[in-house]
Amino acid sequence: MNGVHDMGGMDGFGKVVPELNEPMFHEEWESRVLAMVRAMGAAGAFDIDTSRFYRETLPPQVYLSSSYYKKWFLGLEALLLDKGYISKDDVASGHSVAPAKSLKHGKFSMADVERIMVRGKFGRAAPAPAKFKAGDRVRAKNIHPATHTRLPRYVRGHVGMVERDHGCHVFPDTVANDAGEQPQWLYTVVFDGRELWGPDSDPTIKVSIDAFEPYLEAA
Amino acid sequence: MSEHDHHHHDHDHSELSETELRVRALESILTEKGYVEAAALDAIVQAYETKIGPHNGARVVAKAWTDPAFKQALLEDASKAVGTLGHVSRVGDHLVAIENTPGRHNMVVCTLCSCYPWEMLGLPPVWYKASPYRSRAVKDPRGVLADFGVSLPKETEIRVWDSTAETRFLVLPMRPAGTEGWSEDQLAELVTRDSMIGTGFPKTPGAPS
Repeated sequence: MNGVHDMGGMDGFGKVVPELNEPMFHEEWESRVLAMVRAMGAAGAFDIDTSRFYRETLPPQVYLSSSYYKKWFLGLEALLLDKGYISKDDVASGHSVAPAKSLKHGKFSMADVERIMVRGKFGRAAPAPAKFKAGDRVRAKNIHPATHTRLPRYVRGHVGMVERDHGCHVFPDTVANDAGEQPQWLYTVVFDGRELWGPDSDPTIKVSIDAFEPYLEAA
Repeated sequence: MSEHDHHHHDHDHSELSETELRVRALESILTEKGYVEAAALDAIVQAYETKIGPHNGARVVAKAWTDPAFKQALLEDASKAVGTLGHVSRVGDHLVAIENTPGRHNMVVCTLCSCYPWEMLGLPPVWYKASPYRSRAVKDPRGVLADFGVSLPKETEIRVWDSTAETRFLVLPMRPAGTEGWSEDQLAELVTRDSMIGTGFPKTPGAPS
């Protein structure tokens, strides 16, 4: 979706302000939100792209004015409501008043903690040969799906070069939409800064994205 | 302040913000429904606080600076190469190490959300996840570097890696001059988090930290 989360190339947000000796969490509740998101994901309530999509679909004004973990909380609550893991009555009372729904991987317990400290696996067997190889010129398609996608707006319609082939991966655009993993080839595609930002751009800049094959066409 | 007072201060319900109340309510709902074990949530937080952090990435960089065969393996398949180092955090698939050279500087961003090689670097800092960095890194990387007090020769190529999939990128910074003969442990002390994101350099030997 063409959401406000797709920020590459936007102006007006000001300087980057690093915080000296930044703590891991600024408030205790932030750590609880992180833990709940990780636990419910691992228990099978959702996959990583679905959780991203629920943050992306927060109203733009909420997205922009909420802290990082506030967005995580709002996305998590909306997702769990939408998928029927919690009810509005639960939220209103602050306790479980509705029946639980079964989780694909069961209750998240102590034994599962070590497992989630390593990232999940996203590589899959290839359903078809790769269409592109390193060195190929490709154009990022001019597409604007209203649902979840990992093709940022700032490359759409622009020509780049395939640099690396990462094999076949779970396709975010379908998995976040309850349409299955539908594995796709994934490539690092590099664009010249002037191709993306025009002739006045700094000529020393190159920008790459990791693009799934359906995002690309031969150029 | 006694331990009791401290506890009271942290958990005094009358002082809780609306967000804190909502977060607590959700946690109650999830545990009451039997979806998550409360102690397991504590253990997740503890694992993030103690097991991961930039020290993991620093070990990998220092090893690459001293062991050419490891460096080559790292650049070919970083997940596999890091997996051979028993003392470093376990790492998932699709980690990619990218090497800075005198002619090319690499910088990592996630314009769409906050993808970050947290097994190597810990949880990302707020600035990495915030709008200014995510919006500008791909369009004006030199301007962003200036915000960090970093400047590069004007002819240096700047390569920005937007983490749009489940690949994760670790910058392998250049080894500082004046560190000939240093041990891996000594070198690891010079490797900063930002140098592995590409928004900084390693510390210079002898310079005040």
